[in-house]
Amino acid sequence: MNAVLESCHTPEAPSGVHPAKQFTIVVAGNPNAGKTSLFNALTGLRQKVANYPGVTVESKTGEWSLEGRLRPACLIDLPGLYSLNPTSLDEQIARDVLLGRHPELADPDVTIVVVDATNLVRNLYLATQLIEEARPLVIALTMFDLVARSGLKINIRKLSAELGVPVVPVVAKQRVGLDELARAVLKVSGDHCAATFQDEVHEDPDPANRQSSLIRRYAMIERVVSETVDVRNDGRTKISERIDRVVTHRIFGPVILLLVMLFVFQAIFSWASLPMTLIDSVFAGLGDLARTYLPSSIFTDLLADGIIAGVGGVLAFLPQILLLFLFISLLEDSGYMARAAFLMDRLMRAAGLHGKAFVPLLSSFACAVPGIMATRTIEHPKDRITTIMIAPFMSCSARLPIYTLVIAALFSGKTVLGFISLGAVIILAMYLFGILTAILVALLMKRTVLKAPPTPFVMELPPYRLPDPRNVAHALLSRCSIFLRKAGTVILAMSILFWALAAFPRAENPHTGSPSEAASHQVQNSFAGRAGRLIEPVIAPLGFDWKIGVGLISSFAARETIISTLNIVYSVGDDSENKSSLVEAMRSARRPDGSRVWTPLTGLSLILFFLLACQCMSTVAIVRRETNSWRWPLFMVSYMLVLAYVVSLITYQGGHLLGFA
Amino acid sequence: MTLDMVPKNGLARVVAVESDDAHNLRLMEMGLVPGAAIRMVKTAPLGDPIQVCVRNYDLALRRAEAKSIVVSLDEEWSSSQPA
Repeated sequence: MNAVLESCHTPEAPSGVHPAKQFTIVVAGNPNAGKTSLFNALTGLRQKVANYPGVTVESKTGEWSLEGRLRPACLIDLPGLYSLNPTSLDEQIARDVLLGRHPELADPDVTIVVVDATNLVRNLYLATQLIEEARPLVIALTMFDLVARSGLKINIRKLSAELGVPVVPVVAKQRVGLDELARAVLKVSGDHCAATFQDEVHEDPDPANRQSSLIRRYAMIERVVSETVDVRNDGRTKISERIDRVVTHRIFGPVILLLVMLFVFQAIFSWASLPMTLIDSVFAGLGDLARTYLPSSIFTDLLADGIIAGVGGVLAFLPQILLLFLFISLLEDSGYMARAAFLMDRLMRAAGLHGKAFVPLLSSFACAVPGIMATRTIEHPKDRITTIMIAPFMSCSARLPIYTLVIAALFSGKTVLGFISLGAVIILAMYLFGILTAILVALLMKRTVLKAPPTPFVMELPPYRLPDPRNVAHALLSRCSIFLRKAGTVILAMSILFWALAAFPRAENPHTGSPSEAASHQVQNSFAGRAGRLIEPVIAPLGFDWKIGVGLISSFAARETIISTLNIVYSVGDDSENKSSLVEAMRSARRPDGSRVWTPLTGLSLILFFLLACQCMSTVAIVRRETNSWRWPLFMVSYMLVLAYVVSLITYQGGHLLGFA
Repeated sequence: MTLDMVPKNGLARVVAVESDDAHNLRLMEMGLVPGAAIRMVKTAPLGDPIQVCVRNYDLALRRAEAKSIVVSLDEEWSSSQPA
């Protein structure tokens, strides 16, 4: 987690030689000012993403080779900020790094302030604040290709003279101005810029007078801009505003949003399933290969069922993550994401959430893992954690196998109103109940554990821009590598642990029956089987017997695992495709008193439990990574477990009281 | 009147920003200082938030936040706003 503390360049100096402190440059600027594009253009693929220690704020560092220097400089991409008076954790950390106040990071040697040339006045607010800090500083004037098109003419030399710092126009996408920027950075290093406008702003340290110094600063910026920028407004409406006339239109806006989200949803729900099945079958084949060619032993079992299956389980997430982040980067970089938040804010506010929570939550219907990774667009930490905490209630695709199994076994052929299949009604009810629970839990959390004054919804609607494929590729690469390194390792470890729970202790006198009976015998006597019996008194009030208990325990690795576990405990062979024989086994299963184990009420109780409990170690692992602590994932597992238990209990016992079997 | 009351496409100028809490200071830092020209662009389909154009960029904010910005309607908003 503390990768940010190391310098970007791992020193390979021989021992005894103390490597000199690496030349450090920070890139700061307003959100949407083109900071990340510039950072990507300067560092290429030589970048690392980590978290600042102890917080969820992400830090990006990279290497930039400057001409005439032996070692590449360390470039730090700070979170976007609007001013040096932070209103969010992101901004606070950015400010601390900029002012050399961050306890773990050295004072930066040079600061590059990214200033959007098409939005000079507001961008210069932060820039002039930083210039007054009298640190070596260069302004990179981004979006310079759009200046002429916006009817502007900027006198760079005059602007630079007025501000007292070098101003370098750049177009990151076309790599224009990058060499000039490097020269300017080397030139100012060691220098301290002298703000010539300090008297004009007269920053008052007394917070009570902050308003008046703020007004003076804007007056000064307006003067500088009016003296250096020539505006030739041709009276045309901006292109973005014309696009917005359709995209945020009263009727077309919501319709377009629905279509966009349907498309994204379709992609992660069904297009991703093809590569996922492929990965599944490749790893199943690898497991079979291992079992065929290696001597039958516990190590072969570990390799085939623990490690190979675990790695396959991790990689199976990649298609969904890749697809979702492809769309999210495109939506984000094009400027549409801000419009989606604008359209949905009123609705999300009803649940105490931010408009930006809409896309992550909707994505969670396919899978909570990429959905939770997508909450990164929500700046305010408490809003973000609330969204993460309720994302698993969105009924994901991994619940569908268990819904369809229970429906096939207990509700098949039944209809509502004579023509609607009861199964379809149950699945729809599960989705709706999940959403309702999410809203209630979010409202409760915002009033208790995540209590915070209402976050203002102040959001820039950036102009529409064509996404840069290179930035999109960077975002995809970094998301996948974070998932594999930070969540994948935890998922792999847990899948080996769950394998061991079912594989140990070894059955003492091997069962002489068929292989499926031997497997059933092994599981029933394993730790998982014993735990199933141990928890039986606890889960009996929910209508579950110990065999379902074994299924519940194994499904804490991943929900769909319950089907293969039930296959094993009912001795119908470890073949998930073999659903009909499992359905038969479920229908004929009897309790010691001769009554059916699987009544419709048991089935309903079980699928509600599956809807509400956080039975997914991948979710746990990604929450651990995204919140940078074990506190939130543990809290999430416990409260969801309690909720699932209570709801299943009420369903089963209430159903009994009402006379249902 | 306050910013949330400006009609669609209406032009206004900021007169004052009420109270000095952190959120309002942030609105000012985003450019909504007394004297700044504002154009009401539109209201979101569900009636909230609103979109305004200030200092040549678009800003979305909730009606509740817009209430703390006192404005006066400005009929002669010059088109020569600095960028």
